[in-house]
Amino acid sequence: MDWVTFLILFPLIPAVLLLFTKKNYEAQKWIVLISSILIIIGSIGLAVEQIGHTGGFRYISSHFTNNLVMLGDVIVALVFLYICRSLPLKKYWIPLMVVIQYGLVLYYDFAGKMPEMNRYIFLDNLAVIMALVIGIVGCLIAVYTVGYMKKYHEHHHEIPDRSHLFIATVFLFFFAMYGLVFSNSITWIYFFWEITTLCSFIMISYSKTEEAMNNAFRAVWMLLIGGLAFAMGIIYAANVCNTIDLQLLLASKKSLVLVPILFLCFAGMNKAAQYPFGGWLLGAMVAPTPSSALLHSSTMVKAGVYLVLRCSPILQDTDAGAIIALIGGLSFLAGSALAISQRNAKKVLAYSTIANLGLIILCAGIGTPFTLSAALLLIIFHAVAKALMFISVGSVDNATGSQDIEDMYGLCYNMHRMGIIMIIGISGMFLAPFGMLISKMAVIQALALRNPIFPPIVIFGGSLMLFFWTKWMGYLIAITDKKPVEYHKDIGIEWIGLWGLAGLTIISVVFYPYIGKLWIVPMYGECPLFSEGVQLTILLMLVMMILPPLTIVARRRNVVFTKPYLAGVNVEEKGEYLGSLGASRSWSFRNYYIEKYFSEKKLLNATILSSLILWILMFVMENVMS
Amino acid sequence: MDINVCNGECNVMSVIIAVIIFLILAPLVGGLISGADRIITARMQSRVGPPVLQPFYDVLKLFGKQNLVVNKYHGDYVLCFLIFTILSGCIFFGGGNLLLAIFALIVANVFIVLAAYCSNSPYALIGADRELLQMLSAEPMLLLTAVALFQVTGSFNVSEIIKTNRMPFIYLPGVFIALTYILTIKLRKSPFDLSTSHHGHQELVKGLTTEFAGPSLAYFEIAHWYETVFMLGLVYLFFANVPILGVLVVIGVYFIEILIDNVNARFKWELMLKSAWLATLILGVGNLFLLYILSF
Repeated sequence: MDWVTFLILFPLIPAVLLLFTKKNYEAQKWIVLISSILIIIGSIGLAVEQIGHTGGFRYISSHFTNNLVMLGDVIVALVFLYICRSLPLKKYWIPLMVVIQYGLVLYYDFAGKMPEMNRYIFLDNLAVIMALVIGIVGCLIAVYTVGYMKKYHEHHHEIPDRSHLFIATVFLFFFAMYGLVFSNSITWIYFFWEITTLCSFIMISYSKTEEAMNNAFRAVWMLLIGGLAFAMGIIYAANVCNTIDLQLLLASKKSLVLVPILFLCFAGMNKAAQYPFGGWLLGAMVAPTPSSALLHSSTMVKAGVYLVLRCSPILQDTDAGAIIALIGGLSFLAGSALAISQRNAKKVLAYSTIANLGLIILCAGIGTPFTLSAALLLIIFHAVAKALMFISVGSVDNATGSQDIEDMYGLCYNMHRMGIIMIIGISGMFLAPFGMLISKMAVIQALALRNPIFPPIVIFGGSLMLFFWTKWMGYLIAITDKKPVEYHKDIGIEWIGLWGLAGLTIISVVFYPYIGKLWIVPMYGECPLFSEGVQLTILLMLVMMILPPLTIVARRRNVVFTKPYLAGVNVEEKGEYLGSLGASRSWSFRNYYIEKYFSEKKLLNATILSSLILWILMFVMENVMS
Repeated sequence: MDINVCNGECNVMSVIIAVIIFLILAPLVGGLISGADRIITARMQSRVGPPVLQPFYDVLKLFGKQNLVVNKYHGDYVLCFLIFTILSGCIFFGGGNLLLAIFALIVANVFIVLAAYCSNSPYALIGADRELLQMLSAEPMLLLTAVALFQVTGSFNVSEIIKTNRMPFIYLPGVFIALTYILTIKLRKSPFDLSTSHHGHQELVKGLTTEFAGPSLAYFEIAHWYETVFMLGLVYLFFANVPILGVLVVIGVYFIEILIDNVNARFKWELMLKSAWLATLILGVGNLFLLYILSF
């Protein structure tokens, strides 16, 4: 048995085992720990094995596996319909979408209209890097989930404890993700694709509250639109192009396969929450935090960008590719701007996810080797830092009962370790020399050559990002007058996930040139980003970054402590000052959210409208031309 | 082979020498500029003004003062501001990647904002937010300048940009004007001195520097000198192929900055943000579009 089969099938074992561990925390913990370690070993083993190779197929000639996938399709379709049973009649179109897309695909399957193929598995470095991201980041989140869910139910007694189901879903997610990135048959990808939709439904609806159910169904119908596009892509490919072999499609003449590829890209961008479909990702926030961490970082949305990246050879130098890049750019700008006006930490993170995914889509739409290298780096760095941010917000929420950034004022003072971890995460998201910024630099360099539209988009979006991350970071490091309250004594196994991801955020910056040389360069060719000059400067900056913690550790002499200036005599104990009438007066401070310009009310509709126009423009253009 | 090795070493040596020269000269030049600034400003206001070396006396005196801090981390962020400002200058004058240099400057800027945030002083907090707005206004144009210079000279490396035989200014007049516009924001001069405005002018009590005293304030001043030199270096790049003209333009631009500083009242932040972004979009991006259409 090779690593690929192991990685696809193994997650099913813990997924099934966990179903029998209702309220058995110890059993959950050990199952998750052991299988996480195995999955991480598997991912790394696969990556090491793949060094020096560029890509290869696995042939499966027996029909058995393919029949199994068909059976799986039937089961998934039935599960979808089962879920929809609780829907009111007026939402008949949700099950209708299920029926239409599965009807089409299954009809073709059973009528034998699908073209024959035997190259079911395709393994190249893109799949390897995805496997690493899924395995390492995903498993750290899984370990965190065990501890988090225990505390979640201690705080939310009203919600029935079905945490075993939740964690089992996490592993089902891994199964679907691994299947998705290794498959070469688009019907197989479709099968795994819909399982991820199903998993996200289970996670979002976890608490069974009305809001959770609404948002879960919103996610389902939005994602089913993508599924529908995917199904149409399959049918078109089977009928017109006469193949469902993805690599064969990608190697065909552009004009011939552009339409099915565009359908797949549509599905990918739908899953990556690009506008106009950004809504489902925001709604997914109601779920327990680990699910957000999982959906936003290593799974789900990354499946979307993965598919678009896969298709990028066809998109390169086409008008459709340019429009896809524009839609990505639009999501990048809109997501960054909208994040400024949000107070809820998870919402800020969600919008920044949409923004960063937009940047990746932008790179994929341009499709030059340089932008693709940058996109891969973005995938890696974003997964690590975003997962870290989500799980730390989750732990803060468990400890303080609030996700409001305004309540995080002085967090470093109250929760030292958690504060430091969050600062590492935020730095990873936007500050030089950490990952996301390196990648953003790569994107600017890669785009600068080509035209005057895309670099300004990246630059403006990046500046907006700088704004909301810095103001959040400033809140964390503030030192308040109040005595610190030690919150995190009850964080247990979560530390593995927290410190693991925090460490990864830093380590990935040090080792990114090696990731580049071993896996990215063989695939996309040399890229100036891995040149020694840039590397050296980045390392230098990283060393400089050690200074702030060092200076904090070093005790300095001759320091005289004083009180902040408050335009009046300070009242020592309370952090207040004496007003003109001799009464002690308090002061308070709220951050800028600039709702006048960046609120959802101002921006959301315009964004959705313009993205819709771009999509329509693209499909119309393609039809006119072909 | 041997020649290559020598070339490599010579390059490293010349970079190190350039960096050392920058480390020593930049604060001297920056301080002198600041001194000249104060004299010219004074003359514009019909005053005599301080001696040209006054900024150095000020900084020396600040170092002799008590190190007053509101908490034990506060001063360290200012130190990091200084270090990263110097680093960005080193990358720039060592001939490194222009984008990286600008990103290092942004990191420095983030640190000064953090210093203000951690002070728990309402005045400093407002200053911090306003500094963030200043960054939001100015950063796009800074990065766009790097992209524009790349499109004309074909490189992001300062060492190669200055070797160009065509004058970037001729191709990028719009970018140049937009850069000088946001230069006022970066130098925190009126009408864009929102984040560090003085006591007496209004309620803000010196913005984000409110809680800096003694050595911390001295670090801030020194960093500002380095920052000034960096920004003027960026202006110089537009005339890199004719060094004398470049120096003259830099002096001219700084004089205009002083003039603007003295004849303008402070803008509100919305006007700053809008005007800076408009300048960036119309002059900067518009220039790039023209360049693309004409594709020289």
